[in-house]
Amino acid sequence: MIMRIALLLACLAAPVWAGDLMPAIPAATGDPHPEGNDYMRRNHMEMMKHDRDLTLRQGDRDIGASLGQCFDCHAVEVAGEPVGYDNEQHFCRTCHDYAAVKVDCFMCHTSKPATDIHRTMATADEPNSIAAYLTRVEGAEQ
Amino acid sequence: MERTIYREIRATPQVMQLGGLLAAFILAALWSVYTVEHHGHVITGMTNQIVWGLPHVFAIFLIVAASGALNVASIASVFGQKAYKPMARFSSLLAIALLVGGLAVVVLDLGRPDRLIVAMTTYNFSSVFAWNVLLYNGFIVIVGGYLVLQMMRKVDPRLVKAAGLVAFLWRLALTTGTGSIFGWLVARPGYDAAIMAPLFIVMSFAFGLAVFILVTLWLFTLSGRIFGDALLIRMGRLLGIFAAAVLYFTAVQHLTNLYATEHGGVERFILRDGGIYTLLFWGVQVVIGGLAPIALVFLNPSRSSTVLAATLVIIGGFAQVYVIVIGGQAYPLDIFPGFDVIEGFNEGIVNPYAPSIYELLLGLGGVAIALFAAGLGAKVLRVLPTNLSDANLPADR
Amino acid sequence: MTNRAELTRRDILKSGAAVASLTLASGVTLMAFGGSADAKGADAGKRWGLLIDAGKCDADCSDCVTACSTENGWGHGDHGSPETDPAWIRKVTLKEQSTGRTVSAPIMCQHCEAPPCVDVCPTGASMQRPDGVVLVDKHICIGCRYCMMACPFKARSFVHEPVADQKVNAPRGNGTVESCTLCVHRVDKGRIPACVEACEQAGHSAILFGDLNDPDSPISKALEQYPSIALRDDLGLNPAVRYQNM
Repeated sequence: MIMRIALLLACLAAPVWAGDLMPAIPAATGDPHPEGNDYMRRNHMEMMKHDRDLTLRQGDRDIGASLGQCFDCHAVEVAGEPVGYDNEQHFCRTCHDYAAVKVDCFMCHTSKPATDIHRTMATADEPNSIAAYLTRVEGAEQ
Repeated sequence: MERTIYREIRATPQVMQLGGLLAAFILAALWSVYTVEHHGHVITGMTNQIVWGLPHVFAIFLIVAASGALNVASIASVFGQKAYKPMARFSSLLAIALLVGGLAVVVLDLGRPDRLIVAMTTYNFSSVFAWNVLLYNGFIVIVGGYLVLQMMRKVDPRLVKAAGLVAFLWRLALTTGTGSIFGWLVARPGYDAAIMAPLFIVMSFAFGLAVFILVTLWLFTLSGRIFGDALLIRMGRLLGIFAAAVLYFTAVQHLTNLYATEHGGVERFILRDGGIYTLLFWGVQVVIGGLAPIALVFLNPSRSSTVLAATLVIIGGFAQVYVIVIGGQAYPLDIFPGFDVIEGFNEGIVNPYAPSIYELLLGLGGVAIALFAAGLGAKVLRVLPTNLSDANLPADR
Repeated sequence: MTNRAELTRRDILKSGAAVASLTLASGVTLMAFGGSADAKGADAGKRWGLLIDAGKCDADCSDCVTACSTENGWGHGDHGSPETDPAWIRKVTLKEQSTGRTVSAPIMCQHCEAPPCVDVCPTGASMQRPDGVVLVDKHICIGCRYCMMACPFKARSFVHEPVADQKVNAPRGNGTVESCTLCVHRVDKGRIPACVEACEQAGHSAILFGDLNDPDSPISKALEQYPSIALRDDLGLNPAVRYQNM
């Protein structure tokens, strides 16, 4: 009987205890997602999966959810340096460790913010743009 | 002949010890897989030149033997040879066990074995490899169903016979698919040949029967049952015919290649200049695995001749698969005909291959899985006949 | 309803100017060669290719290899041996057996029109984009290496070791297969591949890049004028990479 009461009290107190066990999600910089955190938490996997096929198979890079863009706002810095997925303070680790769901992305993708990617189309004045290159090649032919 | 009684083998200390030994090999294979997963394939002997190595040799041997092991049941149900009927149940079981062992090796050697679900759900149907995934899984289901029908009481024998026919045809498709994995590669002169599919089919006849003979004899000895000499000698003669067929198709494969000047290079490599590959081809595949067993079973038919012949066919079979898989990759790709490569890493040279312990353990683990599964099946299911003595042979020959 | 007679020259000029400026506006960052300027991503009207002039290639230079490995993040920090290290592009020096003439050229994925690697991939990870570039979809690559068996040019590499600090533009990981991507991450943003840029900067300009489907592009004109070969022509794969003066 005493055991039962003790267990009942323990269960009632559980939400209080659980408060300490929830993941401490690092704050992001930048504007919040228009869809809301709940939507992103539930659907970020589907969004990334859909867009990855568009980018890889169709070459469509004008998408909403590139991995590099995620880290624009969701990078976590420790001692001034952004941390990678091997560090447990990485943004994705905080929730995924809690939920015990393995993240496969970072076997291939870098987990730190992008520093040297081409985000915009090259303009004709940039020397390594296709336009400038073709002008040079055509000029060399004559 | 008396009605065949099928009984499970008893778990004697000897059986348990053997099971323990096989389990140890399986554990060693799992350790090897874990280590390779952790450190990457760089610790194995496989490289960007020798892409498929010793594990694939083991796997292909097991898969080819699996479809051949079903032959015994097919001879009984499809070709109506009553003497083989008591062995039909174990033949089906052994076929599944060997296939599972071979597939385990292939899957565990993948760069991303965690993506097995992807491999089983995403298919590119222009790939013969994708078809093979379906054929292998279908084989397990169909032969499993066939085994169940064989074991059920009060089943219309015509239904069992129909199931046997379906299994037989499916296994022909499966082996054709396995041979075509190599036969449909245009890039490599050692492979690109239509004869690979029929060659693999006769290889499956020979290897499958040899493995079946040895494993069944082994289990019979372990469980104190009688396997008659006459039946064994009869199966030995059949094995000799199959081994001769393998020699014939091998001869046709190489003679055809020799005639085409463009393939002269790879033929000279395999038949004369290939070092270990030439030794394996002539010494082990042709002499030990072909001529010797044929001579044994036809010139000196006896119990010991059959057992020795079966062993030699298996050894020769491994050598044959090794020469096909590894030899075909060792011979350099001829990307620049008419040119010698004077600078360029690994261009135009025979690619070296030194298997590592990880590959050997994985391959042996696959064999252990197959034998363990076969033994376990014989222990818990009623698939092994109690009496294959000569007195029990049916009247037809 | 406008009376046909009332359509003046001014109207025609105005509408023509409007159409012209619209076309120019959308095409200002994309050269309108082959296909449509408005296409997002890989344009099926284009076929990207390379023409490599082996006569201009210097046997002692491997700037294209260095540039590719820097751009895509391979070849550094590998602890294995050259047999297992990846090589998206490699330099070869050849000697003609009948004449003794030597020639040097880089070899990379040939981006065939009928790629055997795409045919044999069991999951469809080895794929071809609408613009002809052959890629590996590493999301579904299971690392079976069958494509490596099938490639006549030894263009593909298997990643034999765990990888860290990947380039953002070139995700690559242990256990998958990779090869030259024709720098699609640059091409899609209107830039030339890294090897082309490096060869130009080294002063050789041996690698010519362009749209094979555009008859007015420099590469198409060069192919039309001068003899060129495809490697392993006998296989009928119609590669997008061709060689001159080989």
